[in-house]
Amino acid sequence: MTSSPNTPAMGRYPAGGLAFPHRGLLGIAGLQNHEILFLLDEAEQWVELNRRSAKHSETLAGLTIINAFFENSTRTLLSFEIAGKRLGADVVNMQAAQSSIKKGETLIDTGVTLNAMRADAIVIRHASSGAVALIADQVACPVLNAGDGQHEHPTQALLDALTLRHALRERGRSDEFNGLIVTICGDILHSRVARSNILCLSSLGARVRVCAPPALMPEAIDAMGAEPYHDFEAAMDGADAVMMLRLQNERMQGQFIPSPREYRHLYGLTAERLNRCAPNALVMHPGPMNRGVEIESDIADLMGTSLVTRQVEMGVAIRMACLDVLTRRARGVDGWAEAGERSA
Amino acid sequence: MKQQRPLTITAGRLVLPGEVRTGAIRCVDGQIVGIGDVTPQDGDDVVDAGGKLIAPGLVDLGVFAVDKPAFHFGGITRAALMPDQAPPLDHPARVQFLAYSGKPDFWVHPLAAATRGLEGSELAELALMLDAGARGIATGRRWIADSGIMLRLLRYAAMLDLAVVSHSEDAGLAGNAVATAGEMATRLGLPSAPAEAEALAVARDIALAEIAGARLHLRQVTTKASLDLVRAAKRRGVAVSAGVTPAHFMLSDFAMAEFRTFARLSPPLRQESDRRAVVEAIGDGTIDVISSGHDPRGPEDKRLPFADAEPGMAGAESLLAMVLSLVRDDVIDLPRAFSLLAGKPGELLGVPAGSLALDQEADIALIDPEKPWVISSARMAASAGNTPFDGQPVQGRVTALFKGGVAIG
Repeated sequence: MTSSPNTPAMGRYPAGGLAFPHRGLLGIAGLQNHEILFLLDEAEQWVELNRRSAKHSETLAGLTIINAFFENSTRTLLSFEIAGKRLGADVVNMQAAQSSIKKGETLIDTGVTLNAMRADAIVIRHASSGAVALIADQVACPVLNAGDGQHEHPTQALLDALTLRHALRERGRSDEFNGLIVTICGDILHSRVARSNILCLSSLGARVRVCAPPALMPEAIDAMGAEPYHDFEAAMDGADAVMMLRLQNERMQGQFIPSPREYRHLYGLTAERLNRCAPNALVMHPGPMNRGVEIESDIADLMGTSLVTRQVEMGVAIRMACLDVLTRRARGVDGWAEAGERSA
Repeated sequence: MKQQRPLTITAGRLVLPGEVRTGAIRCVDGQIVGIGDVTPQDGDDVVDAGGKLIAPGLVDLGVFAVDKPAFHFGGITRAALMPDQAPPLDHPARVQFLAYSGKPDFWVHPLAAATRGLEGSELAELALMLDAGARGIATGRRWIADSGIMLRLLRYAAMLDLAVVSHSEDAGLAGNAVATAGEMATRLGLPSAPAEAEALAVARDIALAEIAGARLHLRQVTTKASLDLVRAAKRRGVAVSAGVTPAHFMLSDFAMAEFRTFARLSPPLRQESDRRAVVEAIGDGTIDVISSGHDPRGPEDKRLPFADAEPGMAGAESLLAMVLSLVRDDVIDLPRAFSLLAGKPGELLGVPAGSLALDQEADIALIDPEKPWVISSARMAASAGNTPFDGQPVQGRVTALFKGGVAIG
């Protein structure tokens, strides 16, 4: 191969619009392996653009993107907003606490309203599993799931995969995800990030371990392709990457976990525990971090090991790629306008 | 409307307790006066059944709404109404009003709320509600968590000789769950509870009913573990009976795929192994009653994210066809099908209906058991089309229905 490792490889996926025949991005479930790779490859050009001083493209000029967030978010909303603006789109944010929506109009009515405003793409976050798909049914434009309840958070999984791929390539690992061991530790039960990552990483060829106390481990997680662990030390043995999840404070007051310090005692990521992993293991966290609870500060900031800030960087690129790819049909991009689409 | 003239239905296949035989049935003054080798007399209205089934009108034990068009479509002539109304059926006046609400062509048998407001803490005025027309007592959609209250309730019900219809789901385990713990709930990210939440509650309710000597009807028994408990209790001679709705013998939790809220039920759909256990229990007699659980819900309750949607399905129209599918699959025979749909529920409610026998009310359905049709959510007689069986081809339709000897519709 003569092309640089960061440009899309030829022949990895079908031509034109068939490379990503979906109308929106509601989850990793339902995506083919080559469709995931396509989005990762598409993101590479935006990683490069974002590292320039003039980070602007007119790809989506004239398009309107609505970020409809029914659940509080700072990072994801900001990331989507920057992604849309760097592509030249007009970006509007709608932040509504879920309670006020619940009192008044239904979610369906909200979907119909958003649709009537003729957005070209809608990004939705909602506290209920399945809510994004419900709104997607009501609107004519592509919908991106920015997190629905405890179900999926596909762009997070994609940005995590992109981050890992970059780090692995820098280390000269040519087979990338094949046989890679990734341990996800934390509140797996309530985590949409864990679900999307399990699906995404295992589709790419990685072996995924999940680690949590019994109260925070969902039933039958092995059926999704992850190996469950309660013992953090064992879950770390030989792992190539560790993904720490944030534990919500309200789950640490006795209902699920006796106390934060007990959680830290069993599941906090320390240098000692990190040493059980494979040499040069990578550390990730979707943020925001509870420093001193699930992750020690010195680990979170460890240069060359911690990928936490890199994840944020890749997040913008991945979201740019998703917005670009999903609007190609409507924009009449060559090879996309005529290609059929599937609803998921 | 009272029956004006005698009615004789001829040339049908009579579904009697224990046998199916060819013959006729004659009804006078709203009651069955002759079965089998009877011939129409002068002045009778005569209906030729044309070889179709002559069966008892269904007695639907445990519905959430009075929805006459749906009941009549499904061959249901009487239904026991759950106390989960707004406001709950915890007052004699409301019971009395509802007991008359369907007459003359449909009879509603209210189930009295076991506790005030269905809160599970204070006994409601059960004897007064009995006098007002209640035919049983129900805990509603909820479990009575306090075992002391439950025992006192069962003792009181035993004294009044009323069956207690209970919803068996351990509230602590069930919590805010909307699905059964397992792969499906995990993939969809839905709050879930282990299926054992049901067996725990069933075990307790049986133990308390045994102490109290009360009649206990478990409205929906949907797991292998709880069916085993019912089996064992029956062997000991406990007066316990078990019911189920078609959803739990036709569907597993895979029906929740894509967050289909028409499959949001309470108790939630179970795993395939439990579904098969329910079918087996229908076959071996552990399950006594199959009811529709009819609960029509419009878009305002169902077009919501799965966990926010209300549970329940509109089941009255598809009840008969679903049970007839068990007959075609050789799980049960026709007489047993109508024991599950009419005979046993009639007995539990203590009403003179539910089987074709002398001196019973002339509630009669003529049924073409082979007639094919397709269940369609968009075209239902029910006040809402929330059926998880949308688009499913089925066989078996009611062709004529009589309440107290009077033709309906």
